[in-house]
Amino acid sequence: MRENIRLAFQGIWGHKMRSVLTMLGIIIGIAAIITIVSTIQGTNEQIKENLIGAGNNVVTVQLNQNGNVYDMSWSPVPSGVRVISPQTREELCQIRGVENVSLYCWRQSSSSVFYRNTQHNGEVYGIDPNYLDVYGYQVQQGRGFTQEDFDGFRKVALVDGNAVRTLFAGENPVGKTLEISSDAFTVVGVIAQSEEFAPTINSMRDYHLYMGSSAGAVYIPDAVWPTAYQFDEPQCVALKVGSTDDMTAVGQDAARILTDSQIIDKSGSFDYRSQDMLEQAQQLQQMSQSTNTQLIWIASISLLVGGIGVMNIMLVSVTERTAEIGLKKAIGAKKKRILLQFLTESAVLTSLGGIIGVLLGIVMAQLISRMMQIPVAISVPAIVIAVVFSTLIGVVFGMLPAVQAAKLNPIQALRRD
Amino acid sequence: MPILQLKNICKDYIQGKEPVRVLKNVNLTMERGDYVAIMGPSGSGKTTLLNIIGCLDVPTSGEYLLDGKSLRDLDDDALAEIRNRHLGFVFQSFYLLPKLTALDNVALPLLYADVPLKQRRERAAEALKAVGLEERMLFLPNQLSGGQCQRVAIARAIVTKPDLLLADEPTGALDTRAGSQIMDIFRRLSQEGMTILMITHEQAIADCAHKLYHILDGELHGEEADTHGI
Repeated sequence: MRENIRLAFQGIWGHKMRSVLTMLGIIIGIAAIITIVSTIQGTNEQIKENLIGAGNNVVTVQLNQNGNVYDMSWSPVPSGVRVISPQTREELCQIRGVENVSLYCWRQSSSSVFYRNTQHNGEVYGIDPNYLDVYGYQVQQGRGFTQEDFDGFRKVALVDGNAVRTLFAGENPVGKTLEISSDAFTVVGVIAQSEEFAPTINSMRDYHLYMGSSAGAVYIPDAVWPTAYQFDEPQCVALKVGSTDDMTAVGQDAARILTDSQIIDKSGSFDYRSQDMLEQAQQLQQMSQSTNTQLIWIASISLLVGGIGVMNIMLVSVTERTAEIGLKKAIGAKKKRILLQFLTESAVLTSLGGIIGVLLGIVMAQLISRMMQIPVAISVPAIVIAVVFSTLIGVVFGMLPAVQAAKLNPIQALRRD
Repeated sequence: MPILQLKNICKDYIQGKEPVRVLKNVNLTMERGDYVAIMGPSGSGKTTLLNIIGCLDVPTSGEYLLDGKSLRDLDDDALAEIRNRHLGFVFQSFYLLPKLTALDNVALPLLYADVPLKQRRERAAEALKAVGLEERMLFLPNQLSGGQCQRVAIARAIVTKPDLLLADEPTGALDTRAGSQIMDIFRRLSQEGMTILMITHEQAIADCAHKLYHILDGELHGEEADTHGI
């Protein structure tokens, strides 16, 4: 076998030009696949990193009606759904893996918040004292909410960076007065995500925020939420989870507890559902993956064409080397040996093409990542599969020529010249 | 026991629709150490006879005993093994592999006999020495003269220490001087005990053998001319 491989390399080296041209189809196919897989992998890893965050793992559980998030911007307080009690909150804290729990109310788009004549198009949150910790917000300017703010029903507000931009046109908002549902609220601070490395995205909202598609958010203490909006609004729940791996399980547990304890009218269409970032990350990944799967199929056609090219050249090679085959048979080479010789040669040829293709693919992936700012992750399994697959192509498409060579009649083979 | 016995060997080829009998009841016996030449014009069936003796072809009828064993009903791989172990071939046009050195060309039959690499090299070097090419072991065929190429081919044929050495017009592609060198090698091999069967159409070459046969229209005529004797 080693002898065969040595001979195969000799043969390839002896016909450099022809070998390179033969390998071209395989090289292009494998290079394309490696490039595509590397960019998919890179994009996926970025999505995962962005959505799941670095150690800031938050699962949100929200009230759903018929499978859609129940949005109180447009709908009345749902009947038969309780406000979350301290006991239930305590139960949520007991779920294995949960580090902190925050309850909050929100409006997706509030037409009731103004700064002077500017209307706020973003979200409004009524948050409890745990909210900032759960989401990993830090106060950038001014101060956060104190216990007195909650206990004393103070009309104070926090804003995030986007709101500073859209609502206050970049001015320092601390000390300014916001009008929320015809009530005056004093802005006491600006908050931002604790870690500066961008982007740490803990929710779809953060994702939109990062993408600049959000107008920002205004936060007020949940104690004053009823006066600004509504009484008896069932809150949303945000759970901070210690490990990314627990997020799905925690979300499901919390949703079950809340559905059991909060919804009085079990026959209704309400339930609590978790918004698992992991799941959403997977959905986003699937989106990019399905388009790229098609690309891989197209690249595979190039491999098929490459394989046929290899078969073609090997057939030519068998014809050319009829005398060699005849001589080898005359001096005692068995069929299997001739078969193996040609199979090895085509397999070595395509494997070499595969390896060159992998290298070329890595270079192209790096180039694309430089040019288009897409992260690239070179996948080792993909490389291994690509090389093995190209070897397989050599074996499959080399079979016909090799069988022909093995079947050659030595007399006729030697008579040729 | 004779090394080679042909009993009533016939060979038919289908040409068009009619079978053409190329060999007609050929009988031939060779003892170990014999040096036999078969002469005949082209088309007389001498190459077909050599192909049958060389196990490259099978007779239509008749019996072929090599070293007392019948070769009837053996499959291709079994015949390949017999060619490898018991026979050595020297062709008119050498058939050296152009990408292999003289040494590797000579070692090739040993590869098919599954001899380990180190021994292959040693035995091939020995065989090249026997034909006087120890200085040119690592040359490629295109760096060698025709006579040298044929000597490499002879080395390749004897490297397996065959029972029978078959030569098909071994000097046909060579000039007279190179040809006589080749014939010297055959003579020496014969003196060392090698059994040789040679086909040729040149009287001068045939005269080197101990026994001479003529083949004409597929019929072998014994003319046991012990020209030289031992």
